[in-house]
Amino acid sequence: MPPPAASSRYPSPSQPSGKSEVTDLKSQLRQLAGSRAPGVDDSKRDLFKKVISYMTIGIDVSSVFGEMVMCSATSDIVLKKMCYLYVGNYAKGNPDLSLLTINFLQRDCKDEDPMIRGLALRSLCSLRVPNLVEYLLGPLGSGLKDNNSYVRTIAVTGVLKLYHISASTCIDAEFPATLKSLMLHDSDAQVVANCLAALQEIWSLEASHSEEACREKESLLSKPLIYYFLNRYSYLKGRSKFQYGGVCFCRIKEFNEWAQCLILELAVKYVPSDSNDIFDIMNLLEDRLQHANGAVVLATVKVFLQLTLSMTDVHQQVYERIKSPLLTLVSSGSPEQSYAILSHLHLLVVRAPFIFASDYKHFYCQYNEPSYVKKLKLEMLTAIANESNTYEIVTELCEYAANVDIEIARESIRAVGKIALQQYDVNAIVDRLLQFLEMEKDYVTAETLVLVKDLLRKHPQWSHDCISVVGGISSKNIQEPKAKAALIWMLGEYAQDMSDAPYILENLIENWEEEHSAEVRLHLLTAAMKCFFKRAPETQKALGIALAAGIADFHQDVHDRALFYYRVLQYDVHVAERVVSPPQQAVSAFADTQSSEIKDRIFDEFNSLSVIYQKPSYIFTDKEHRGPFEFSDELGSTSITPEVSSDIVPAQQFEANDKDLLLSTDEKDDNKGLSSNNGSAYTAPYESSNISSQMQELAISGPAASATTTQSSFDFDDLLGLGLSTAPAPTPSPPLLKLNARAALDPRAFQQKWRQLPISLSQEYSVNPQGIAALTVPQSLIKHMQSHSIHCIASGGQSPNFKFFFFAQKEAEPLDYLTECIINSSSAKAQIKVKADEQSTSQAFATVFETALSKFGMP
Amino acid sequence: MMISQFFVLSQRGDNIVFRDYRAEVPKGSTETFFRKVKFWKEDGNAEAPPIFFSLNVDGVNYFHVKVVGLYFVATTRVNVSPSLVLELLQRIARVIKDYLGVLNEDSFRKNFVLVYELLDEVIDFGYVQTTSTEVLKSYVFNEPIVIAPARLQPIDPAAIFTQGAKRMPGTAVTKSVVANDPSGRRREEIFVDIIEKISVTFSSSGYILTSEIDGTIQMKSYLSGNPEIRIALNEDLNIGRGGRSVYGIASFTPYYRSSSGSGVILDDCNFHESVRLDSFDSDRTLSLVPPDGEFPVMNYRMTQEFKPPFHVNTLIEEAGRLKAEVIIKIRAEFPSDIIANTITVQMPLPNFTSRASFELEPGAAGQKTDFKESNKMLEWSLKKASIVGGAEHTLRAKLTFSQEFHGNITKEAGPVSMTFTIPMYNVSKLQVKYLQIAKKSSSYNPYRWVRYVTQANSYVARI
Repeated sequence: MPPPAASSRYPSPSQPSGKSEVTDLKSQLRQLAGSRAPGVDDSKRDLFKKVISYMTIGIDVSSVFGEMVMCSATSDIVLKKMCYLYVGNYAKGNPDLSLLTINFLQRDCKDEDPMIRGLALRSLCSLRVPNLVEYLLGPLGSGLKDNNSYVRTIAVTGVLKLYHISASTCIDAEFPATLKSLMLHDSDAQVVANCLAALQEIWSLEASHSEEACREKESLLSKPLIYYFLNRYSYLKGRSKFQYGGVCFCRIKEFNEWAQCLILELAVKYVPSDSNDIFDIMNLLEDRLQHANGAVVLATVKVFLQLTLSMTDVHQQVYERIKSPLLTLVSSGSPEQSYAILSHLHLLVVRAPFIFASDYKHFYCQYNEPSYVKKLKLEMLTAIANESNTYEIVTELCEYAANVDIEIARESIRAVGKIALQQYDVNAIVDRLLQFLEMEKDYVTAETLVLVKDLLRKHPQWSHDCISVVGGISSKNIQEPKAKAALIWMLGEYAQDMSDAPYILENLIENWEEEHSAEVRLHLLTAAMKCFFKRAPETQKALGIALAAGIADFHQDVHDRALFYYRVLQYDVHVAERVVSPPQQAVSAFADTQSSEIKDRIFDEFNSLSVIYQKPSYIFTDKEHRGPFEFSDELGSTSITPEVSSDIVPAQQFEANDKDLLLSTDEKDDNKGLSSNNGSAYTAPYESSNISSQMQELAISGPAASATTTQSSFDFDDLLGLGLSTAPAPTPSPPLLKLNARAALDPRAFQQKWRQLPISLSQEYSVNPQGIAALTVPQSLIKHMQSHSIHCIASGGQSPNFKFFFFAQKEAEPLDYLTECIINSSSAKAQIKVKADEQSTSQAFATVFETALSKFGMP
Repeated sequence: MMISQFFVLSQRGDNIVFRDYRAEVPKGSTETFFRKVKFWKEDGNAEAPPIFFSLNVDGVNYFHVKVVGLYFVATTRVNVSPSLVLELLQRIARVIKDYLGVLNEDSFRKNFVLVYELLDEVIDFGYVQTTSTEVLKSYVFNEPIVIAPARLQPIDPAAIFTQGAKRMPGTAVTKSVVANDPSGRRREEIFVDIIEKISVTFSSSGYILTSEIDGTIQMKSYLSGNPEIRIALNEDLNIGRGGRSVYGIASFTPYYRSSSGSGVILDDCNFHESVRLDSFDSDRTLSLVPPDGEFPVMNYRMTQEFKPPFHVNTLIEEAGRLKAEVIIKIRAEFPSDIIANTITVQMPLPNFTSRASFELEPGAAGQKTDFKESNKMLEWSLKKASIVGGAEHTLRAKLTFSQEFHGNITKEAGPVSMTFTIPMYNVSKLQVKYLQIAKKSSSYNPYRWVRYVTQANSYVARI
């Protein structure tokens, strides 16, 4: 209910402050309480309405609790409902008074009208007063057995409410078992659906400390149960079953649309036994894609996508199939609903742009759409641009550049730039970009300059065309730091092609004091240097001023860079030139902001908020709220083949994840960021990737500098990695860890864990030459490690890079250690990443691992 | 899957109803929400997206939809399906409207106890129980206090029928599903509305760049005894891709209907869950037992070429150093027995426009012109005048600039956008051939209203 305290602190002038009104109400209620005069119910209704209305606007009316309860002796169901609403709202704060209500609620639970029985039971369970739970057991027990389905639906949810008030009471009364049997046998669909919802919640919360609950929640995913739900869902009412192409289609669905969503979410977690199984389910659900409710369609889409993950061509056909229904949903609902669907389409478009390439017109912006929709569409247009449609898309985007909505205009220009960067044939786009500069709108010019700069970094061959246009722009018209920095960078880089470059720079340097952005000042320093190497006589004076101003600058980075330039110039001008202005090298690819691992996680969390926020759920939810389905997590990608039996672990050929071998530093940072803290700041990966992206920003100023930044970002990695392992500073050799020799872990579980856990340790070891020699047969390493109780779950790669995934289990405790080990046979190095259930012992495990590895190849 | 709270806020941020289902979101969520929405961006231009979370404040996810200027909000801490929650919010609004007849702040405040009653049955402990007006009817006991429909703004597309068209009884679409007529008896009637929203973008040379029709067959039934209904659509109706695919190991063949030849070709469509399609493939009929309340029977989408109802011609020319002239011509391209109304034309003018003077054609009545200084917008409204099919109207505007300009003036102005409503006309040619009500006696003959309307969604002409 509304926060009474908070609202009464800011009484709105239009609303009564409440005190005298409440006293008034109290006395009036008291008068009516005992009355049996005709028409008394009507007066009560009016008074009750007043009470509820005060409650809604935030006035504390808890003081009339006693009177409300006294008045509740009535057969008028409307009055009763209002009273229940009131009681439910204030009971928690008035446990003593709540006791008063128990009596009449319990009595109502036995009323002959099922409506009253249901309502009373719902209110009874909503009191949220822990010391009253004993009064719930009786009514709940009989509610679950009630012959009226309305009462049973309420009782089932009541059990869940009881669980949240007192888990032990709920478990001790064996309510979960009752729910399970109701779920399997009740004739009412909503009762079944509520049982499923309640059991999912209860068992996943119990699972952390009860093995039985663990088993129970796994059993929800068993084939018979899934088929029970899906078939029931089509069978009981689906009298009009008919054959179609040898496959059975069933029509009317018994569950309502919301319960269907619940069941579809469950079906997503189901591990099909074979491809027939997969096709059966898909054929059964096929017509759900035609549902008018977007939530049902998306839930079905998720089932289809997850089921076909390992069947590439069918998976692709699923994309083709779902395209049209999703587009229809986008255009049929409210803007809000469109947004939710579009966000999911966005995800699919980014994953499989080629499938949507011919549908680009659907993602054109409409002038009356809210900006949050337009932004998404622009991103989608960027993603699907390819050789066949770029011309049309860019033409359309150029129209938006003149948009009244400046934010969208900017985004459109950025989109054009991004398309230019991802295309090989940029000829036409460059022309368009340059036309933007002629529009003479400040923000258009600013955005365009930044893009031209990026374009030149990738395609230096366009410099001639661009520079002539850029040279014509007056630097006075450019205020935005990013644009200014871009212009300055071009002035420095192409000083020989722009006749007045030194003079423009000089002008800018003279206004050093007025330049508020440190980024711009940094660029000024570098540009002055570059210009100096090309046109020394014209620039010398300006460079001198810039260096002096830079050294005196209060900003640390500016100061340091100026001082560095000064000293390196002093040391040797030619060295300085080699460092600051080496021959230009084209940047082949710009760093992707999101690692593929993160993208995969978001894909696995399809049809959830992760897709909207474009972040995996661990960023924005805490563990307990990740949703009731988290327990079995996603079936995941195909990197590990599921057929591995857990006793003998044959090495599996590694396919899909080979690209992992090429993890960029950026992605590593992401992972490191995660491991560096245990939850306090979930944003860490972003911080660290920010840092590295800033470093790349800096790297713009000269490829030479980039070498040093990458170096330093490696150092940075190490710092983070060590930060954890050496937390209790000089630990004498960590305690010896005993591993379970017979540990077993299902590859799927491995994969799921690997995604969930942060990296707790990442180290590099040397491998002795004998080991490298023995690695010609990678199998031998697997056997070797197994003899040290470290089991291989998958392996792959080719010389010189081999990749292994190992797991081990602590003896006597079900704590797993997961390890990714990449061995490079030419450098004789092994890089390992450890993820552990118990972070504190991961160093100890690493030691065991290292010892084991060091003995590899030894006789 | 579950939500924590549901509340409705007025435009000013006052609580109208507030229901906490799970008591797991900290106090003050309504204020947090309202602050976030109000101050989404400092410049106030960007709208808050319908879903956001505030990690720093309370770690709560907020969902909202705006209906008749009210915020319908749900909160949760769980990673739920976003579509589900937004769909639910929209559906709650519809259920409440079904009950109250009209939905606005006033009707809400007068009926909040009824609304609470509904909310208790729609959601229990955060889990959706039902959103069917039909089902809810047996659980809800308060009688709605109906507000006189004269005082309200139309909120749904169907409400436009109450505006100028004489054929429709004025209160039909604003009738509560539960309230009785003052006369004491319910009128047996059913409304089937074919509502098409069209989006067209014309290039500067008048060529159609994109066009789309988003249609809905909306139904509202006041028939007693829930008789079965059959709706027959055009027999030449084709659906670009057959409704279903067959999945198999060897063949996964999405199955296509032949889409050759003439006829109405839909790209795709979807159906309300009550609709049975047993004979849809053979004779294009839908059968259903309509639940109470308003609901879409079918949504469809069409990109097949169609004749845009209006042709827009715009010219902007410099006329001297600080002057320019704009000419906008609109031509109605539909039969002369059809009348369009509520027409507005808008065009952003160059930023340095300081003044605009207008010249309407001689004898023009009911037309209004305006130049909005703040956003440099030209507005031409023909709200009071209706346009008969085949008619043509022209507006001339003389602009005065505050500074000289050297670039290309067409890049500084436009595009021209248009809104309109054309009752009893639909561009897709999709038709309800007949509406059959299966019912007991031969004397039973309820009112059947089948109405068509075409509205502009995004109707834009570039210059």
